[in-house]
Amino acid sequence: MHAEVAIEQPTPVRKERDWPAALLKRLLLTALVLAALWAIWEGYRWLWMRTGWTRPFVVDDLTMPPLSDIVSRLWEPLAEGQPPLIRDLLDKAAFTAREAAFGFALGAVAGFAIGAVLHHSRLLRRGFLPYVVASQTIPILAIAPMVVIWGGSVGLPVWARVGIISAFLTFFPVTINTIKGLDSADPRALELMRTYAASPWTVLWKVKFPASLPFTFAALKIAATASVVGAIIGELPSSIQDGLGGAILNFNQYYSLDPAALWATNIVAAALGIAFFAVVVLAERLVVKTAPEHVA
Amino acid sequence: MSAAAVTIAGLTKTFQKGGTTALQEIDLELQPGEFVSLIGPSGCGKSTLLRVIADLVEPTGGTVHVGGKTAHQARVDRDYGMVFQEAVLYDWRTVAKNIALPLELAGWNRRRRAERVGEMVDLVELSGFENHHPWELSGGMQMRVAIARALSFDPKLLLMDEPFGALDEMTRERLNLELLRIWEASGSTVVFVTHSITEAVFLSTRVVVMSPRPGRIAGIVEIDLPQPRSVDTREEPRFFELATELRELLRGRAVKAARVEEGVH
Repeated sequence: MHAEVAIEQPTPVRKERDWPAALLKRLLLTALVLAALWAIWEGYRWLWMRTGWTRPFVVDDLTMPPLSDIVSRLWEPLAEGQPPLIRDLLDKAAFTAREAAFGFALGAVAGFAIGAVLHHSRLLRRGFLPYVVASQTIPILAIAPMVVIWGGSVGLPVWARVGIISAFLTFFPVTINTIKGLDSADPRALELMRTYAASPWTVLWKVKFPASLPFTFAALKIAATASVVGAIIGELPSSIQDGLGGAILNFNQYYSLDPAALWATNIVAAALGIAFFAVVVLAERLVVKTAPEHVA
Repeated sequence: MSAAAVTIAGLTKTFQKGGTTALQEIDLELQPGEFVSLIGPSGCGKSTLLRVIADLVEPTGGTVHVGGKTAHQARVDRDYGMVFQEAVLYDWRTVAKNIALPLELAGWNRRRRAERVGEMVDLVELSGFENHHPWELSGGMQMRVAIARALSFDPKLLLMDEPFGALDEMTRERLNLELLRIWEASGSTVVFVTHSITEAVFLSTRVVVMSPRPGRIAGIVEIDLPQPRSVDTREEPRFFELATELRELLRGRAVKAARVEEGVH
C-alpha cells in the first residue's frame, strides 16, 4: 500500500541532514555506551571482589582482568623485544578478514542461488530444504578437517579453504531469507509483468530480486558476523597460526599466565565482526531504495 | 482486413471454485479509437471480462480477439497497456524508471528510452518529478505514472481496471479530464472498468452495462455527448439524461438480483 502523501511541489523529502552534528551525536553516543559497558564490567568486579561473592563464579584478576589491563595489554609486546601485541593482532585480523570475506561472498552467492532455485520449484523446496536445515546442525568443527583436506588436494590456498568452512555458516540465513524475499514480491507487480509477457528470468531480476533485497540484507547482516566466527573456528582444526583463531587457541593455553592477552584478542575479533556488519549496513543504505515506512 | 480493436464472441467464464459463472455468453465488438466503459455492480464480471481481454484469465468458452489476433498473441506481442486499480509502481525505481520499465523489456536502448520517458512525463504533466520515488508522490500522481507507463510503448489498446477508484472525487475528476486529453492525443482504444455512473458517462463513447450472477451484458448505451468533453459537460442536461438511463438500467438488474439472492438465502 502506498502512503497518500500529497506533495504538490517537487520538494526533496529526505532533507540533507546536518551531517557534522549528526556525526558528533553518533560519536558521543558510542563513547557513552562504551563508558557504560566499562562501568558495568568494573562495577561488577568491584562488587564481587569486595563482598567475596563466589556465584556464579569467583571474580579475580584471572577470571575478569581489569579492562585497563586488557586495553593496555594491546600496546605491550608479546615477548621481550617484539612489536606491541596490537600489531600482531591486526596482522592476524587481516588474515582472518580475508578468509571471512571470501566465506561471506561465497556464502552469499551460494545462498542466493540455492534460495532462488528453491523459490522456483515447490518440489525441490520440499525435497531439499530439510537437508539445508540439517546442514546447520552439523558442528562446523566436524566438517572443517574434511574441507581442509579436500581443498588441499585441489591446491586451494589455506585461507580459501577456511573461507569455504566459513561459507558453510553464511549461506544458510541467505538461503532462507532469499526464499522468503523472492516470495514477497507484490502479486500485482507480478501480474503487471505478465501483461508485458515478461520471461521468468526478467521477472526474477526486475521484480522479485529488488523486492527481496530488504530480506536479503537482513540475512547478509547475520552472515557478516557469522563469516568472521566461521573463519576463526575454521582456523582451529587446520592449525593455522596466521589468523585470530590461531591466536585465540594460543592465548587460551597461556590463559592462567596472561589472561589479558586472550581478552584483548577477543576485542579485536569483535571489532572485525562489527566492521563486517558495518560494511553490509553501508551497502544496504546505498542499494536498497524502498519507502521509508517499508524499511525492515 | 481492418480488424476491430476487440472482438468477443460467445465468451463464457466459469470459475472452478464453487462453479460460479462469472461471465455468460458475452458478445462485444469494439472499434479502434473507441472509449468503452464496463459498468455494473460488484460480482458482475466486469473486471473478469477485462482480464480475459488481457489474457490474464483463461476463458472457459468462446473467443477473444485483440486487433485480429488471439488475446494470447496480443499479450505476447505487447499490444495493450494495462492500468490496475492501484498504481503498482516499483518502490525501488524512480518515476522515470517506472515509466521506462516496459521499454526496457522491449529492448529499447537508453537514448530512445530517455526520449520517450521525457514525452510521457510531459503528457501526464509530471515534469520535475522524474527522479522522485513513488512514495514521494500523492495517489493521483502515482496513478498518472501508471498511465504513462501503460502508454509508454504506444499500445493500440489501453485496459484500465477501476484506475481512479481509490482516489478522492476532486482528484478523480481532474484525472478524468486528463485521461480524455491523453486518449485524444494517443488515438488508442480504451476499455475502462468503473462502478461510477458519472465517470462512465463523462469518459465514454459507449458504456456497457453488466448485470451479475451470471455476468451478462444488460445493455449498451451510446454516449452522444459532444467531443471534446470539458468541465461543463457534467452540467449539460444530456449528461443527466444519460446518467439516469444508466442508473435505471443498473437498478432494474440490481433489484432483480437482490430478489434472487434473498430467495437463495
